[in-house]
Amino acid sequence: MVVGNGMAGIRAVEELLDRGGAEQFDITVFGDEPYGNYNRIMLSHVLSGEETEEAIFLNALPWYAQNSIDLRAGVRVDRIDRFAKVVHDADGGRTPYDTLLLATGSTPFFPTMEGLDLDGVFTFRTLDDARSLLTSAKTHRRAVVIGGGLLGLEAAHGLATHGLQVDLVHSPAHLMNQQLGPEAGRVLRRKIEELGIRVHTGVRTRGLRGTGRVEGVELPDGTVLEADFVVIAAGIRPNVDVAVRSGLEVERGVVVDDRMRTSHPDVYAVGECVQHRGQTYGLVAPLWDQAGVLADHLTGARPDAEYHGTRTSTKLKVAGVDVVAMGLPGPERDDDEFVVFSEPHRGVYLNVVVREGRLVGATLLGDVRKTAFLTQAFDQGLPLPEERTSLLFDLGSPDEATSVAELSDDVQVCNCNGVTKGRIVDAVAGGCTSITAVMGKTKAGKGCGSCKPLVEQITEWAAGGDLTVDESVGWYVPGVPLAKPELMAAIRERGLKSVSAVFRELAPGGVEDAKSKMGLTSLLRMMWPEGIEEERDGRYINDRVHANIQRDGTFSVVPQMKGGVTTPEQLRKIADVADKYDVGMVKVTGGQRIDLLGVAKEDLPKVWADLGMPSGYAYGKSFRTVKTCVGSEFCRFGLDDSTQLGIDLETRYQGIETPAKLKLGVVGCPRNCAEAYVKDIGVVAVGAGKWEVYVGGAAGATVRKGDLLATVGSAQEVLTLTGRFIQFYREWGNWLERTYEFVPRLGIERVRKVLVDDSDGLAAGLDERVQAAVDNYRDPWQEGTAPVTTGQFRPALPLGMPAVRS
Amino acid sequence: MSRPVCSVEDLPVGEGRAYVVDGEQVALFRHRSGKVSAVQAACPHAGGPLADGQIDETVVVCPLHLTAFDLTTGEAAGGEGSIAVHPCRVTADGLVEVSL
Repeated sequence: MVVGNGMAGIRAVEELLDRGGAEQFDITVFGDEPYGNYNRIMLSHVLSGEETEEAIFLNALPWYAQNSIDLRAGVRVDRIDRFAKVVHDADGGRTPYDTLLLATGSTPFFPTMEGLDLDGVFTFRTLDDARSLLTSAKTHRRAVVIGGGLLGLEAAHGLATHGLQVDLVHSPAHLMNQQLGPEAGRVLRRKIEELGIRVHTGVRTRGLRGTGRVEGVELPDGTVLEADFVVIAAGIRPNVDVAVRSGLEVERGVVVDDRMRTSHPDVYAVGECVQHRGQTYGLVAPLWDQAGVLADHLTGARPDAEYHGTRTSTKLKVAGVDVVAMGLPGPERDDDEFVVFSEPHRGVYLNVVVREGRLVGATLLGDVRKTAFLTQAFDQGLPLPEERTSLLFDLGSPDEATSVAELSDDVQVCNCNGVTKGRIVDAVAGGCTSITAVMGKTKAGKGCGSCKPLVEQITEWAAGGDLTVDESVGWYVPGVPLAKPELMAAIRERGLKSVSAVFRELAPGGVEDAKSKMGLTSLLRMMWPEGIEEERDGRYINDRVHANIQRDGTFSVVPQMKGGVTTPEQLRKIADVADKYDVGMVKVTGGQRIDLLGVAKEDLPKVWADLGMPSGYAYGKSFRTVKTCVGSEFCRFGLDDSTQLGIDLETRYQGIETPAKLKLGVVGCPRNCAEAYVKDIGVVAVGAGKWEVYVGGAAGATVRKGDLLATVGSAQEVLTLTGRFIQFYREWGNWLERTYEFVPRLGIERVRKVLVDDSDGLAAGLDERVQAAVDNYRDPWQEGTAPVTTGQFRPALPLGMPAVRS
Repeated sequence: MSRPVCSVEDLPVGEGRAYVVDGEQVALFRHRSGKVSAVQAACPHAGGPLADGQIDETVVVCPLHLTAFDLTTGEAAGGEGSIAVHPCRVTADGLVEVSL
C-alpha cells in the first residue's frame, strides 16, 4: 500500500517492479490528486506554456492498469491504524495492508500574514495550482509572487511570459538564498529583471490587502504593490498530517532509519515528507536514492541496502537561466579557498569552494559547461588540479570525453527523471545504440532537456564508437530507402511523375509515407520543370494554400516586394486590404516585406484578389526574397546599383523550389546594410563594376558568414552564377538542408571548382535546367480564382461552425 | 449514432476537411486507398488544425509541430497525448457517415 501518488511514491513502485516486486506484492496507491503520476518539476513549463499537461505525465492512468496497480486517485487518506493494519480514507473506506509506504510529499508553507484567506491567493505546487494560475493569468494584468526561491522564480517567470506585470517579493537579502551566495544571487537578479519582473529583496510582506478579493501586497514601509492575484511560494514543509494522526514519530518530517522504516514496523516512508538523520530534502535526487534503497530492502534484492543521505547538488533552469549549485555557496572558514568569476552583464557567475584540497561547493550560473567534472569532483572527493581556475575553465582540466569516462555510475545525469550514468550505460549495454533509443528507454533528457548534451556524450562514450547512426539518415526522405542521387536516377529511369508513383515503385511494400510526401513533391517539381502529375496531398498546407500557417490556424500573406522596393499605391492597397479583412497584425518581415498576419483561410483568395500583387513566397521551401540596401542611387557610399540587381535576381528566380528556404541579399558596398554576408546567397558591390558572390551564409538559429564563391565583373554574371548555384543546390542538397550546411559539407573549394571553373563539365547543364525552371514559373496566387481541389480554402478548424449538411 | 456528414466527393483524395458534427469539430480524411478516417479536429498539443495535416494510410501529421497521430488508435508517435478517433464509413450512395 502506497499513500502518495507523487514522484517519490511512484518512483518507489517503479523500483519495486524493476526488482520483480509485482510477484511479491499486490500494489494499491492512494493519491490526493485525481490524476496519474506527473513530473512536478515541469509544472513551471506548463505555466509558461512551454509544455502541455499531457507532456509532463510520467505515468498516465493506463500504466497503473498495465501493472495491475489499484490506483485510488482523488482519495485522501485520513489515518493509518497500525494495530489493525488498515488504512482509513476520507470516503469512509477501510483498506487492509501488509506493508505500507508513506510518500505524502510536502505542502506549501504560508508565512504568517493578514489576508491569506482572501480570494485570488494561490499556491504553486500541484497541477490544479498551475491550472488556476493559467486561468488567472489570462484574465488579469498584475501579479505579486511572494518568495524568491526556485518555485517563486518559476512562478514569476511563467506569469511574465503571459505578459503580466509581475512583482516578486523575497524576504532574504538575495534570490535563491538556499542555493546561492549573495553575488550569484545578484547576477541572477539582473537576469530576472531583464525578463521585466520587478524584484524586491530583503523585504518581508506585511500583509495582503483587499476586501473579499486580494487587491495588493503591503510592504513594511507602507508601500502597496497592486495585485489582481498573489502567489505564495515561500517554501515547502513536509506533509506529516497522516503520520501525526497515525501516531508515527514525527519531528520536522516523518522520522525514518537507514532502511526508510518509520517508528512503526511495516510502515516505511520516502521523499519530501521524510526526516533522515535530522535532514529533510526538497529536491528529487535524494528521493531517487531512497526509493532504490527501499525497493532493495522490500524485495530482498539487497537486504543490507542502507540510505546514508544524499549530498545534494541542484542542476536546473530557473526562468531560462542555467543554475548549478552544490555544497557550500561560499567560503565558511578562514582557510577555505574561494575562486570566483563574475560577469554580471552576460549573466555569468561561477565559483568553487575548496577545503583541504577537496571541492566542497560550486556554483555555476549562466555557463554550466563544467558541470560534469565538478559534480564528479564534489561527489567523490577527487583530488583537484593545482591550478584552481581550471575548475571553472578548460585550461587543461579533463576534456569532455575524459570527464564522461570518469563520471561514476551513480552520478545523476537527468534530475527530472532521476536517471544516473549507470542506467544510461546499462541501456546501451542492453542494446540501445542510438541517442533516441537511450532517451526512449531511460526517459533521460525527456524532462526539461538541460541534460541532453551530457546524455549524448555518455551514450557515445558507452557505445564506444559503435553508435548506430540510423541508416535512414542518408535517405532523401524517410519512406523511400534511397539517397538523393539514386532516387533521382530511379525516378528518371522509370519516368515517375507523381508522388504516388514513387511510393508504388520505390518504397518498401509500395507503402506511402506522410512525412516523405513534401520532399518528394519538391524533388519531382525540380526534376520535371514542365510539370508533374500534381497530387495536392503531396504538399504541405502552406503550399496547398500559398500562405504561411500560423499557430492559431490562420495564415499570413506576404505580397511580393522585389528588392524591398514598394510604391505609395501598393502601400495604400495593402493598408486597405489589412483594414477590410481585419488582419491581426501588419508587420515588416526580416526580409524587407510586409506581412499581413492572422488572415482566415477562407479569405485568402479574396485577399490576393484585392491586393492584386504576386505572391511573395513567405511560406515554402523555395527562393523567398532578396534584401537590398539603397545602393548607389541615393546612398553616399554606394558603389553600385544593388537595388536594381536585387530586383533582377528576384524577378528571375522567384518561386523556384529548393531543398530548404533560400534568402538572398545584395548590398552596394561592404558596409553590408542588408546583411548580405549572412544570406544563403549574398552579393556585395566592391566598385569598378565588380561584385562579390558569397554562398552558405546564415543568420538564423545558426550564424555563419558566407564563403566567397567568386568575384565577377558584371551584374549579368551575378545573375548567371546565382542561378547556377541555385540549381546545383537543388540537385545536390539534401531535403531540408540549408545552404549553410550544404556548402560546408561539400567545401567551398569544391563548389567553386564545379561552378566557377566548371571542373566537372556541369555548368552548362545547370544553367539550362535553372532556365527551364524560370521559364515555367507561374504565380500560385492565381489559384485564388479557380480552386484546385474541393474546399481548398475551407477552414480546417471550423471556428465559425459551418452547418453539417443533413 | 452514426450520421451522414458530407459526400465523399467533398473530400479531395489524400486530404482532410473539417466539419462540425453534433457540435463537435471533426476532421475527415479520404485516403488514397479509398477508405475514410475521422478524428477530433484540433491537435491536443497546441490546437493545430489536423484537417490541414498530411496523411498516409495510417497517420495524420499535425501541420504546426509535426506530431504524427495514428488514425486507428489515436495515439501520438512519441507517446505524447492522443486524439479521439471516430468510427466512419462511406455508404453505398457515397456519403461519409461518422459516429461520435
